[in-house]
Amino acid sequence: MSARDNILARIRKNSGREGLTTGLELSQVRTHIARQERGPQPSIARDNPVARFIQESDRLKSTVAEVDRLADVPQAAAAYLKQNALESAVVGWPSLSGLDWAAAGITYENRLACGEDMVGITDCFCGIGETGTLLLLSSPTTPKLHALLPETHLCVLSKARIVHTMEDAFQLVRTERGELPRATFFVSGPSRTADIEQTIVIGAHGPYRVHIILTP
Amino acid sequence: MQVKSMHFKATSSMKLNDAVLQAAMKKTKGKFVDGRAAAVAEIDVWQDIRTHAASLRDRVINNLDAYLIEFERNATLRGAVVHWAETAEEANAIIVGIAQRNAAKIVTKSKSMVSEEISLNDALEAVGVEVVETDLGEYILQLAKEPPSHIVAPAVHKSKEQVADLFEAAHHRPRTLDIPSMTREAREVLRSKFLGADMGISGANFVIAETGTTLTVTNEGNADLVTTVPRIHCVVTGIEKVIPTLEDFATLIRLLPRSATGQNAANYLTLTTGLKQPGDLDGPEQMHIVLIDAGRTKLVGSDMKEMLRCIRCGACMNHCPVYQNVGGHAYGWVYPGPMGSVLTPTYVGIENAGDLPNAATFCGECQVVCPVKIPLPDLMRKWRERQFDQALRPFSERFSISVWNAFATRPALYAASTKIAARVASWWGGKDKLITWLPGLDGWTDGRDMPAPAGKTFRELYAGRLSQPTRSDRS
Repeated sequence: MSARDNILARIRKNSGREGLTTGLELSQVRTHIARQERGPQPSIARDNPVARFIQESDRLKSTVAEVDRLADVPQAAAAYLKQNALESAVVGWPSLSGLDWAAAGITYENRLACGEDMVGITDCFCGIGETGTLLLLSSPTTPKLHALLPETHLCVLSKARIVHTMEDAFQLVRTERGELPRATFFVSGPSRTADIEQTIVIGAHGPYRVHIILTP
Repeated sequence: MQVKSMHFKATSSMKLNDAVLQAAMKKTKGKFVDGRAAAVAEIDVWQDIRTHAASLRDRVINNLDAYLIEFERNATLRGAVVHWAETAEEANAIIVGIAQRNAAKIVTKSKSMVSEEISLNDALEAVGVEVVETDLGEYILQLAKEPPSHIVAPAVHKSKEQVADLFEAAHHRPRTLDIPSMTREAREVLRSKFLGADMGISGANFVIAETGTTLTVTNEGNADLVTTVPRIHCVVTGIEKVIPTLEDFATLIRLLPRSATGQNAANYLTLTTGLKQPGDLDGPEQMHIVLIDAGRTKLVGSDMKEMLRCIRCGACMNHCPVYQNVGGHAYGWVYPGPMGSVLTPTYVGIENAGDLPNAATFCGECQVVCPVKIPLPDLMRKWRERQFDQALRPFSERFSISVWNAFATRPALYAASTKIAARVASWWGGKDKLITWLPGLDGWTDGRDMPAPAGKTFRELYAGRLSQPTRSDRS
């Protein structure tokens, strides 16, 4: 008997069930899973998702700017970098490399982020209003490290892609992608720790700053 | 981790006199308790969510074999290798084997209490692998060579001066007491480890049957690097961590950070499902998931099975008056506070952890704040009953309880004896009406004085009042 068999047998025995797990029991589990039943939803989840996203981002110490069109993103990014005295060399996802970064004075490199990069730029799959959260899905053109290694993460998010809840976000993934990618990455503000004397410090192993640029 | 729970009494006395620890515990208490209360107040259906969460955890626990098989099936479909370990030794052998087969030299780890249970770091270091803890608290403790004292805030017992000493000795940089600078220093030192590691080991807050996903909840971003950069990702977790669906995760994540640290949302949730895909620029080429029993199946179907609902938020210890005073190390194993007082006797044997279920005032706060409604005082009481039945408590304690039982179950005898006791105790209190010493109970009276009883028992006073005309009769 393998460890697997022994563990499953002990579970069966202690649950008062005979023999091996039956096909019926497995299909009951699958039927329950397929129902994708949602738990009780708090009333904050029904707030206007864009307004709530902005409010929650502020509480998470993310900053938010809005532009009228996607083409204005480089100027908004440049303004943020200048205001915070940050580098104008950035590393970003291919999805945004077609914007006119040079005109905004930004050097945009379309490659994987490394430990020395100071600013990473990404867009994202969707936003979640309830908690001010960004959802990034991994793929060959959307590696996660851009949002993790640099000290500053700039993220472009369309207001039309802000859903109410995490349940809505998962539903959107199922509808548009069919299944979860390798990495499903929820980001709520810059990284932080309180491990020394319970003092909250912004900037642990991930970014010190998360700046979100909202597009229509 | 070596079990020291049998020394609870001696260790807790020592901890009560440890000035650094007492200062740290005082500082922490308000933050966790007030933070949780404020975060919970924003959710109008908090109690409904707790009820739903408890029932979804029960659904899994009552069908644990089928949910594990379904999880295994889906994880395997996505390219992960699922391993099963009955004991700590088996789990360590599996993980050491993976490291050796892949010639791993540096392993980065994100915080995993299961890995503390099985002493994984020792097993890896014994074969020459460099293990680096990357959660700041765990990193501090690795330098200090100490176990964690809290399941969410592992280094909560350390002062910044103590951390500064450790950093100065390990990093050879100028000593600083500025907490943001100390945090940056750790970030800079650990960055090269993150990027140079061959293998990343993480725990899992949950694993999801629907998708074969394992996931981590962190604030620092360390688990997200540990699961992304190295070419091998190894997850080590308990068999009870499985949940059915993504929706169930959404429910539980409304409870977990609020209960743990008072946050509405944890900074990073990373759901990992399978391997690096063709064309991916990051992600591991191998994913191993080690599912560990190590005592958990003993709880399945037992009268303590509710304990398997636990989502490891730490709220029970944060709100426990005993934990708040003695800290986590006194409990002598991985899991402190009320949840530990139920789990430790199960996992390491009641004969090694007899004082833990007794280290509670039964104020009931742990049950009130538990996000998955575990009846912790009831479960501790069950351990106490078992200890009594198996004659595992000291003779004097069992004798006193037997005497108490003899009186308490005979109302006439009880009334007569308490009548005498109330009068003796009243006389004992003297003219100050204070009892400052009781024979055989110095341990109790050393730290406190007890007001002397009035000389009559409640039942005498009540009978007296019934025989007097009431106010309404007089009017």
